[in-house]
Parts: sequence; structure tokens; C-alpha cells
Amino acid sequence: MDTMEWVRGSLDHCVKCTICETFCPVSNVTPLFPGPKYVGPQLERFRTDDGSPDASLDYCSGCGICTTVCPQGVKIAEINSQARAKMKAQRGIPLRDRIIARPSAMGKVGTPLAPIANFFLKNHAFRWLVERTLRVHRKAPMPLFAGRTFQSWARRHPPLTPATKAIVYFHGCSANHFEPRVAQMAVAVLEHNGYRVIVPRQDCCGLPLQSNGLFDDARRYVRKLARNLEPYARRGYDIVATSTSCGLMLKREAREILELEDDEDLRTVSAHMFDICEFLLSLHERGALRTDFRPLDMRVPYHAPCQQQGHGIGKPALELFGLIPGLEVVDSDVACCGVAGTYGLKTEKYDIAMEVGAPLFRQVTAVATEVAACDSETCRWQITRATGIPSVHPVELLYRAYGLS
Amino acid sequence: MSADAVVVGAGLAGLTAGVRLAEAGLRTTLVGKGPGAMHLAPATIDVLGYAPDLVERPAAALPSFVAERPDHPYARLSADTVAASAEWLSAHMPPLAYVGTLEENYLLPTAVGVPKPSAFVPEAMAAGDLRSGSRFAFAGLRALKDFYPALLADNLSQAKLPTGVTVDARAVHLSDPGTEADVSPLGYARMFEDREFRSVVAAELLPRLEPGESVGFPSVLGLHEHRTTWLDLQDRLGRPVFEVPTLPPSVAGIRLFHALRDAFLAAGGRLLIGSTAAGAETKDGVVTHVVIQTAAARPTPIEARWFVLATGGFAEGAIFLDSYGEVHESVFGLAVSGVPAAGEPRFVPRYFDDQPMGRAGIAVDERLRPLDADGNVAFRNLFTAGAALGGAEPWRELSGNGLALASGFAVASAIVEWAS
Repeated sequence: MDTMEWVRGSLDHCVKCTICETFCPVSNVTPLFPGPKYVGPQLERFRTDDGSPDASLDYCSGCGICTTVCPQGVKIAEINSQARAKMKAQRGIPLRDRIIARPSAMGKVGTPLAPIANFFLKNHAFRWLVERTLRVHRKAPMPLFAGRTFQSWARRHPPLTPATKAIVYFHGCSANHFEPRVAQMAVAVLEHNGYRVIVPRQDCCGLPLQSNGLFDDARRYVRKLARNLEPYARRGYDIVATSTSCGLMLKREAREILELEDDEDLRTVSAHMFDICEFLLSLHERGALRTDFRPLDMRVPYHAPCQQQGHGIGKPALELFGLIPGLEVVDSDVACCGVAGTYGLKTEKYDIAMEVGAPLFRQVTAVATEVAACDSETCRWQITRATGIPSVHPVELLYRAYGLS
Repeated sequence: MSADAVVVGAGLAGLTAGVRLAEAGLRTTLVGKGPGAMHLAPATIDVLGYAPDLVERPAAALPSFVAERPDHPYARLSADTVAASAEWLSAHMPPLAYVGTLEENYLLPTAVGVPKPSAFVPEAMAAGDLRSGSRFAFAGLRALKDFYPALLADNLSQAKLPTGVTVDARAVHLSDPGTEADVSPLGYARMFEDREFRSVVAAELLPRLEPGESVGFPSVLGLHEHRTTWLDLQDRLGRPVFEVPTLPPSVAGIRLFHALRDAFLAAGGRLLIGSTAAGAETKDGVVTHVVIQTAAARPTPIEARWFVLATGGFAEGAIFLDSYGEVHESVFGLAVSGVPAAGEPRFVPRYFDDQPMGRAGIAVDERLRPLDADGNVAFRNLFTAGAALGGAEPWRELSGNGLALASGFAVASAIVEWAS
């Protein structure tokens, strides 16, 4: 059976129990989205090649929580992503969606021009203009260009010697262009544990294109990336990702949503793919993680993003934090920060995204003494933009506690 | 991954076992494809409601009930265990206490006005006890489509209670503020947490109530702030207020799920929701690993010393009938007992008749360990709880939550005893 058939066919397992609806962060704050069960397994039966009878589908943020919690295994978020892509293809995809879906292309343009590009990104008049012309909300979180890519840093970074173990690092677009520090800290933490870190050449995984319904382009990107990573996976190297959503794209989403189940490269890469916290915790369980942590005396709110929850591995970051003396961590019980990749950037969805994230922002503000921790870049930007509190990847707390700074 | 104990299933049975194991200091991992039936069912703990006639006193009825049904899971669970499990639950639910005893059943109204026997009930439902002879007004909310107080009250007025008491019930329809045509129970639960909303509802309702009437609301009186929401409404109306369970989603059940999940996490449990337990590794009559399927295209084995199967029955897909007529258990490949022999009818045409397949499930020993086809313990360190247990017909007996809670409680006791 091809992927489309079993993803779509899974709707027959829906017993209309409404568990997905009780968890959906979007339908719980706005009547514009009637909920994953209604839009997914129910409406899908009425969708033909002529299109979808209901455009409310566009208000699904694609956070994937419905699929994570479905006790019957219905691929609700995947069904909705595919239906939305079809609907957008028929009704036309806005220029905005085509632009914000290409972080690596933006990075290539913006990096050499970083000072100028950043000036404009911080400029209120420019953001107002962008909102008026492209409908990207003027207050939505936008990362700044680092000016120097992580790739260029990695090329000059001397490999760890001697090293008995090696690991492949998938950094994703954001660490390459906007947050190379996160990637450098990940490398330092892995090296501290005796790993030589291999950084293959890599481009976008296609996730933002997929979220915006540009499936053909998304497939091109993810297939190319899988082709680049597959030789390492085939030789038995594990691959770690600091971008939890891009890691999930390579583990599962591309295979299911983009119908690439038969792509052997992707399957091999998926079998060797680890979220970095998942990997470090597995080291700890084997007694192979160094625990020479210095105390970090702070109270940190931790938010496991919706996409991190999609890995089905629990919250390994929390258990790693437990190894750091002095560190008090408060786990957020909020499912989603609202931004869901590029959803919360869009003018018509910005208010919904902020309302989805509101309980999280309140928790972060109440708890944080210095920083918040979160595994996904777009969520970190959203949290920081909404609360003014710096948000770091969990690996940064490990890096600090190891005394690597 | 590794743990001391792995529980498969995130329903009432699995979470009860998980909380007790984690609180006993065992490193406990709970794997659940999704939350279990707590989100769908009333949060009452029904121990035994029909046997087959209406049961007024479960403690008195249980001995003869199990004597007539030696394969029933209650034959492996003493009445003391059942009572202890309910006491344990109540102690874990503050500020959401459970009330009741095994000595007698409450008779609470369902959303369609059927008197339903339950032994232990959330405090906020207790005033709906129909045996009390009270007069009841049932409040309907404008945009809650699945709760029709007129139907409820009409059916109750015609109901025959065992004590001969007739029920005095009527409906009051409220035109609460808001413009949405369709609000879910969860949506109303959030609205009721707002003082302003409660004051508007109370102001509309109060003049329409008659002296001496207790007021039944659909069970939407707050989610996170349930107790204060309920007590505040009771104050405002100056009379007993109680909740009636709704159709799914069940807000009362979600509160129960939250309380148990939070207790599990607070005790240091590892919760993996969204992954499927796809199989197990065994050696010399012992389970060594449960193998789960996460997002990655590789099996993830979890090593542990003890395992609990709490995945549910047919409805949950934990036990399934294949196209060759064979019945299987999905994780450990356990023998399923109570399945009609080949050639015998598996189902009869009338839905509510005694279905030959109705009691199929896992047969267990005194410590709730699954038995193989020959009646021997299948794996020494594997225990079973909840709807996977064979020999029961929870929907007919009204015993589902009672069995889930008591068996989840009991398997944890067995493991903790072994571990010490």
C-alpha cells in the first residue's frame, strides 16, 4: 500500500472519540478552526479532486498534537497537511508563503548582507511595510542573521583528536544562518563526551515548504538532504539534530506527509536519526555520558515543543537537566507556543498564535530567573518575543554546566 | 531505554499502576499510544451495577457474583483490594475528592436520564443521588448540543427506582451569553472558570428555581479550577449543585486523567505518549524488553524487570480479531481466552444480547499474571490490568472503572512486594 493510501486510510480507525479536539491548541482558542476531528477524519470523506468543501483547514497550525494523542493511530495532522496542500494548490499559494518557506535561501541572501538585512529586520517602518505588502505580522518574531554561517565555522574547526567515536551532526538552516552558537555548543558538548563531530554539507529539510503546502519543492529538498546524509547512516553513524522539528521531518514527517515512504535514503537516515537530548540521555543510560556538571543556580521554565512531542520519546531534556546540580526546572504543561514554524508569522494568524501561547508565556514570565529552555528555534523566538526572556536550547544549559563557555 | 518497570497503556488501569510504582521508588516508564478512555467516560468508579439485576449493595453482592463466575477478574481481586484502591484514588485526587463506599451504590442520573449505580463518585456528582427523594432541576446550556435536560428530566420522571421512590425532575433551559452555535463541554468548562460568566448564569437561573430543588448541570463546572467553580456556583444558588456526566469529551474524566498524569510525573515517572508498543523480547519465561515504535524508523527496546499490560480490550485495538477468525493480543502475543471455538458463532445478531465473544480477554492467575493456552503463567514478570482482562462484561455489569482501578492498584502491589 502506498503512503497516501495508509495515511488517508487511517481515518477509518477514527471512532470520533474527540480526544484530539480536547488537545487541539488552535480550536481551543478560536472558532475559525473547528477542530482536527471535524476538519480531518470527518471532512476528508467529502474531499474530492474538485477540492475541499471547507477552507477552515487553512487555520490548522500543523503542530501535530492531534496525531500524537490519537489513541487509535489516526494520522490526523498528516491527512490535514495533505488536504491543505491540495487546497492551496487549487486556490493559489500566496507569495508570502513561498518566501517564508525558504529559510536557507533567505540565509544565503541575508548572510553576506547581515548588517544591512538586520537593520531592516529591526526597523519598525520596514516591518510595517512588509506587513502591508506581504502580510507578515509586524510584531511576529524574526531571527537576525549571524553574518557567518555555522558551516564556515565547522570547516575551520579542528576535529577532536584522539577520538574513538564519531557522530554526524544535522544542524538545520536556523543554526547555520541565525544561531550558529547553538550548533557550536552542540559540537562542544558532543566533543566533551569524546565524539568526533562530522558536519556534512547540508541544506534545508523542506519542512517550512511542506507546512506551506509546497510539496514538490519540499520533496526535492528533503530527498537531496537524505541523499547527503545516507552514506553516513549506512555506515552505522548516528545522526543528531538540535532542531527538533527538522529532526522529526527526517524521522517521520517527510515519509508520511510527503508520501516518501519508499525513499530508501530517507528510511536509512530516519533509522539513525536522534534528537540531541534523546541521544545524550541514551548515552547516560549506558553510563557513557560525562556528568562533571558544575552547579547552575537558576530556575528555568522548560517547554517541550509540539514537534518535540511528536518524536514519541517523552521529554529527555528534563532528565538531562536533572543531572545538573542547583538547576531548578519547571516543566510547562502547555502543548504549543502557537507559532508552529511559520503559522504565527502570518498576519491573519498572529493573534491566534499569541493566544495559543499565552498560558506558556505566563508560566515563563512567572518562573524564569534568567532564561527559558526550549528545543525548537521558532518556539524560542516566539517565547522571547512574547516575554522578553531569552530562550535557549537545552544543549546550552549542558554546555554551561560542563563549564565549556 | 531502560527502567525498573514498564507500563503499557495510559488509561485508568495503566496510570494507577504507573503512579503507584513510581511513588514506590521504581523507575517507571509508561508508554501510551494516546490517553485512554478517561477522556470519554464519566469519572465515576462503578464497581458492580448489574448482576444481572440492579445491585444496591456491591460489597454484599460480590461474593455470590464471583462464585457464579470463577473466571471473572473480581474472583482474583478481593473486596478489600477494591475498597483500598478507591481510597487510594481519593487520597490522590485532592482537591477533587471521591466519596462513597463499597457498601452501597449511588444512583446518579446519566445525560439521557437513566439512573446509574456507582460505588465511588466525584464529590461534585454526589448530590445527584436519585435515592434521596430530592426535587431536581436540570440546567441546559444553550450551545451544548449533546445535553438535553428535557429528555433527561422526562426519562427520570418515568424511572422506577428499587426503593419505590419516584423522581421529581424538570428542565431549565438557559440562554447563556455568547453567540457561538456549538460549544463543547471543554469550552463551557473554561467559561465556567470565569466568575463573571458564573454570575450571569446564576442570575438567570436563580429566579427560575423552586424552593427545595437541587440543580444538576452538565459536568462542565471548571477544568483546572473545578472545585472552586463548583462551590462558588453552589453558594450563588444557595442549594446543592451537582454535575451530570456528559457525552464525550468528558470533562470530569479529563480532570481524573490530569490528576493521575500529574501524580505520575511528580513521582518521577517517564511518560511516552504517541509511541506504540509494537512487540516484546522474551527469554526463559521472562519478558526482557518491550519494543516501542517512536517517530524514527527503528525499533526502540525498553529493558525492565517488570511489565504491566494495560492496553485495553477490543475497543482499544489491544485485542483484535483477524480475517481468519483468530484473536490476538497486540504487544506480547498472549493467548486470548473465552473465544468461541472454530465453527461456533462468535456473535449473535441482536446487539444487546449475550455475545459469545463478549467475555474474551486475557486469563490471569491470582497475581494477575497472564496465562498461556495451557493455563500456565505465560511470563513470570508480566502483569495485566484493566479492560484486557477476560471474563468480564463491563458494559453490562457496570464494572469497567472498578476493574481498571482495582487491577491497576493490585498489579502495582504485586510488583512492589516482589521488588522489596
